[in-house]
Order: sequence, then C-alpha cells, then structure tokens
Amino acid sequence: MSSSKKFSRRRFLATTAAASAVTLAPPYIRGAHAAGKLSVGFWDHWVPGANDTLTKICNEWAAKEKVDIKIDYITSQGNKNILTIVAEAQAKSGHDILQFPAWDASFNAKNLAPVDDVMNAAIKNNGSAPSVVEYLGKVDGHWIGVAATTGSQLKGPCGRIDLLKKYAGLDIVKMYPGAGGKPDTALQDQWTWEAFLAAAEKCHKGGNPFGLALGQTSDSVDWVGALFNAYGAQLVDAKGNITVKSDAVKQVLEYAQRLVKVLPPDVFAWDDASNNKYLISGQGSLIMNPPSAWAVAKRDNLKVAEQCWTFPSPKGVKGRYAPGQPYFWGTWKWSKNIPAAKSLLAHLSERASIERLVAASGGYDIPGFSGLRDFKTWAEEGPPKGTVYNYPPRADQIVSIAGAPAPVGIANQIYNQATMTKMIAKCTQGGESIDKAIGWGASELEGFMRV
Amino acid sequence: MANATAINAGMPVTRRRMTMKKFVRRKSTIAFVMALPLILLIALLVVYPALFSMYLATLNKSMEHFVGFGNFEFLFKRDTFWMVVKQSCIFAISAVFFKALIGFFVAHFVHAIPAKGQRKWRGMLLVPWVIPPAMSTLGWFWLFDPTYSAFNWIFVRIGIDPVNWLGDPMWARFSVILVNIWYGAPFFLIMYLAALKSVPEQLFEAASIDGANWWQKIWYITLPMMRNIISITVLFSLIVTFANFDIVRILTNGGPVDQTHVFATWAFNLGIQSSDIPLGASVSLFMLPILAIAAIFILRGVNQRGNEA
Repeated sequence: MSSSKKFSRRRFLATTAAASAVTLAPPYIRGAHAAGKLSVGFWDHWVPGANDTLTKICNEWAAKEKVDIKIDYITSQGNKNILTIVAEAQAKSGHDILQFPAWDASFNAKNLAPVDDVMNAAIKNNGSAPSVVEYLGKVDGHWIGVAATTGSQLKGPCGRIDLLKKYAGLDIVKMYPGAGGKPDTALQDQWTWEAFLAAAEKCHKGGNPFGLALGQTSDSVDWVGALFNAYGAQLVDAKGNITVKSDAVKQVLEYAQRLVKVLPPDVFAWDDASNNKYLISGQGSLIMNPPSAWAVAKRDNLKVAEQCWTFPSPKGVKGRYAPGQPYFWGTWKWSKNIPAAKSLLAHLSERASIERLVAASGGYDIPGFSGLRDFKTWAEEGPPKGTVYNYPPRADQIVSIAGAPAPVGIANQIYNQATMTKMIAKCTQGGESIDKAIGWGASELEGFMRV
Repeated sequence: MANATAINAGMPVTRRRMTMKKFVRRKSTIAFVMALPLILLIALLVVYPALFSMYLATLNKSMEHFVGFGNFEFLFKRDTFWMVVKQSCIFAISAVFFKALIGFFVAHFVHAIPAKGQRKWRGMLLVPWVIPPAMSTLGWFWLFDPTYSAFNWIFVRIGIDPVNWLGDPMWARFSVILVNIWYGAPFFLIMYLAALKSVPEQLFEAASIDGANWWQKIWYITLPMMRNIISITVLFSLIVTFANFDIVRILTNGGPVDQTHVFATWAFNLGIQSSDIPLGASVSLFMLPILAIAAIFILRGVNQRGNEA
C-alpha cells in the first residue's frame, strides 16, 4: 500500500516555510510592551486635572495589557483638533486613536475602522446610546466611533436661583431639585419655551437679562438648534428634502423676534466665552451652557456661583430638546494596532472608567450611555450642593444637535455655517421680514445639497 | 603623428573640462547652488501645497471624482460667495490704501526727526508689526468686546452712546479694517522711510531755491522717486491682506451674518469646519489669477522704470 498523497513541490515549500518560521521565530516573551505601540490623540480638556485622570486610566490599562502607549492632548483652541483630524485623514497616517468632535467622526467614516464590537458591548453594560449619539456615530448601520466621555456636553440652562425667583417668580430648585429632592412635576410641565420667554422679559425688565448668544459659534448654534427642534422646525428633513418653508420655522422666527427684544443688543457678536463672562460678572440671570461657566464663577466670583443652578431646557410642542454635543473616539483603518486600540476603547467605556472621568471633570462630561446618569459627582458638586445634579439628561429630555435630523453631510453645514442663528439675525437685527429670512435660508440650503 | 592624434582627440575633453570649470565658477551658478536649499524649501512648503490645493479644487465634495471647474461654477451661483468677494475687496483695498497713506505720512514725520532721536521712534512705531497678530488682535477684541468694550467704557463716561463694534455689520467691518491698518501700517512706514533716505537731499534744496512748497516737493520729487517702492509694497500688502485670516477670525469669526468674512475665513469655514475641502480650496484660489495678473503689471512697470533709470 503506497501512500496516495504525493509530496509535491508546493507542499514541500509550505512545510519548509512553516518549519523555518518555527525555528527562526524568536521565543515569545511577554515583555513590557509585548502588545505593541499605541499612539492616542485626545481632546485637551478645559477642566484642570481632567487630562491627568484620563492619562492615569490609560496607563493602568497599558501596564496591564503590555502596550507602549503615547498620549497627546490636542486643544480645540483655533480648531487645532479638527485641523489634526483633516491632516491625518489626508496623510493616512498619525495617531491610532483620535478624538472626534460631534460631526467629524461621521465625515471620516470611510477612513475609520468599525467599532461595533466595542459599542455593542458598552451599550449592553451601560444602557442605550442617546439618539444623537447614534445619529452622529453610526454610519450605514455600523458604529464608526465609540461615545467618548470627555468633551461630550450638554448646553442646557444655567440660571441664577435668586434672580429668577426675584424677577420671574420661578423657583428652579423646586422645579428641578438636587439629589433626593422631590421634583415639582407641575412646574416642570409649565417649563415651556413660552414660559422661558416670559421669564426672559421679566428679568430684562428687572435689569438682569438672559444672556443667550446669537453669533456663529457653537454655543449660539446649539441652543438655537434645540429651540428649532422643540417646535419641530426642521430646515431639512431626514430624507434630505428642504423643509425650511414651513409654519414651524415661521413660528420659531416669530418667537425669536420677541425674545431678541429682551436680550442684550450685542448677542449677535457673542462668541463662546461671552455668555460665560456675562453670567460670571453677575449681569446675566440665565445662560445656555455646560457647567463650565459655573466652575469658573466658583473660582472668580463665588457669590454668583452659589446662586447658579443647571437644569433642563424648556419644552416645545415637539418635546423637551436638550442641546447636546457628543464627542467620539475612533481608530483609523490604517492604524497598525487596531486590536490594542479597541481594547483601550473598551476599557474607557467601562462604568468604572467613565465614573472616574466624570468626577475628574467636575461633572462636565456627559457619558454617551443612558444608564450612566447616577454618578455621585453630579449629586455632590457645589456650591450650591446639587447645582449640576440636573445637568445629565434624564426623564423626558431628548438630546439633539442643531441640523438634525437632516442627513449628516447637510446637517453639518447647517451647524457649522450657523444657518439658524443667521436666519434669526436677519429677521431681527437685520430688519428683514421672516419670509425673506426663510427665502435666504432656502437658498443657502440648496447650496448644502452639493455632493 | 600619434602624439598629434592624441592631442587632437584630447582637446574636446580639455575644452569640456574648461567649460565645466567655467560653468561651476560662474557667479550665477554659485548663486543658484547657494540658493538651492531655499528653493527646495519653497518648493516643498509653497509650491507643493499650492499645486495640491489646485488639485483639491478640482474634486467633488467627497473628494472621489474629478469635477474640473465644477466647484467654481457652483460658487459663482452663490450669493454668499459674491458677498465674500465684495467684502474681501473692500477689506483689502481700503486697508492697503490707509496703510500706505499713514505709512507715507508717518515716514515723513519720522524722517524729519533729527537722527539722534529717530531710532527710538522707529522702534516704537514698529511695535504693532512685531507683535504676532493673533495676540495683538486678542487685545483689540477686548477693546471691542461686545459687552465689556474698553472703548465703550470711555464713551459712556464722556456721554457718548456705546457702539456695537462687532455686532453691527458696518462697525464690524470698520473694526476689522482698523486692526489690519494698525498692524500693517508700520511695514509701509519702514519701507517708505528707507526709500526717503535714498532720495538725494540736493533735489529738495534745489526745489526750495525754486520756491516749491511742501506739497510740490512731495508731488514732484518724493512720489516719483518712491514710485517703485510704493508699487512693490502695495502689491505685497495687497496679496497679504487679501489672504488675511487671523484678524477676522479672532474679532468677528465672519459675523454678523457672514458680513465680515474674507476669502481665507470663509474658505476655512467651508473647507475645514463644514468638511467641504474642495470648495474651501476653490474659494481660497479664486483671487490667485486676479492677483497674479496685477502682480505681472505692477512688476513690469517697476522693471520698465528700472531700465529707464
């Protein structure tokens, strides 16, 4: 019986190669950096010390996983983080993991490695991702970014307890109390954009107007986006049809005409720092901002900080929309160490890591998972104690971003070119009619349809 | 005979060696070799990005297809684009005009100061040009701050109504142009001062003897003698001012309602922030042919006058 298997040339080569590989390969030693290198570019946090905690968490993971990690913190001052993203996408080289502001992950979807495994596991452990996170982080059914804790924020109202009570008779602490308090649901139901306007009028009359930016930077665009969404005023619908010429948009612009009359006259020139300064100086009775303004007030003007209370946005006919801005962590397709990158992202998405990050930011960071709204940081931060307890979105709040639900490529332009605030500026400061402002908006939107 | 043949055969080689030696020793060759590192640097940092941006301007939004001049066709149909063209022209032309005017007159005043005290003034007047504009513009932003403007603080104290410097379109345009003039005038000043120093004193003395007044001396002596330097500085400044980014970006970010956007800030807004790099590249390249033609004419004029002299 001779063997039916021939020892062919191809088989010889394969056997030889395998034998050589076994012989020549160095013995596997689990060294200090056995799992390779990983370079990471995180967003440079505003809050002092927040970067240190993130570094510590990453280093702990790197030591355990034997990865040689290098972390860069990239500032968003002067859009340096966006410039870095664009440069790395063009060069197809750079960091293995990069942090992406709201729109930039989806725009770079074709260059990013899917992270479905990481996100699905995180959602299973931490609860669902808010619709805005899904809208920006999921492309063609695949997660292209992991919901980042650092940088993700909400821009709801931060009001003065004393001034709102004095001028508008509005007890915001009773309406949205701190941890353990019983919320006044009747007051919450009455907290609508109309009630907001009434309070703004009274505070203006009292000499401490609301400080709502209407410029072209993100603080302006974010709260205006929530206002539009609360009235169901979409400039472009989810299918990409231009829907700006609608009664809902008209209604919002009419509302804005009434609101602008009771705001400081210079709000059209405000940047992202202006509203903070306005609150901290003691002039403003309410701004729409993350608690960073309160945090600075705590340092610079304690008397003001002690009266600040962050609470949910008013609701409109379509619901209570909270202006959110989620960030994402993504890994480029050309990264040389995708397994290590995913392992780190999974580690950063664990509840324990997220809780430490939220604590390090003083409650500024909002985790991108609905099950993570119970950290003690929000309950304990002060003064006054519980001032940011209502900052994370709970109950009836719908986290949204200006421009949504339009397809991301169009919504991105609506957002970054501040189409909504410009429409308001045109029919208020510019003295144009609402119809003319809408016509101008429609013409701009036609330009955004470019592919 | 054999020797002669060898000599004849060797001659071209020797001559070639001599020619090569001469070529290497030529001043222009040495100059070229010495400038080569700089030429390579410019090719790498200027020519390559310029060509790359031209390439980008021919792609569609997703940067996957060649669209030729499609992006420009699209831009020409947009009202906002023509508004940016108009604003860029107002910004650059008015700023350069006032920079040149202020630079010219201040150069005369400084020139009139005795040599001993002149250095101090020259140094002080150059300060705006020496400070990085991103920093000095932040200083100006605080002066114009929408809510806490230092200018308005003074105005209120002397009974003048506060001005909405950055919120009102007209004042916002005024503010960005003013800061550009403040920053750029010292460049004109120093160039004109250098040019003034090279105008022979005898010409002014002769004109004085002939009874020429101050204005006539400027019109008939100073201006003709400075024509070349004025042309070159205006051209240079026009190019730089058209490309200005930091002042508008820091002061107004293009607002209110895009009414202070210039090419660079709008290109950044479209290309980087709104993720439409080809359209951003097209906006930034729009002025290239216009400025190139202007440069050709101005430099040809300078050359001709140089040859006449």
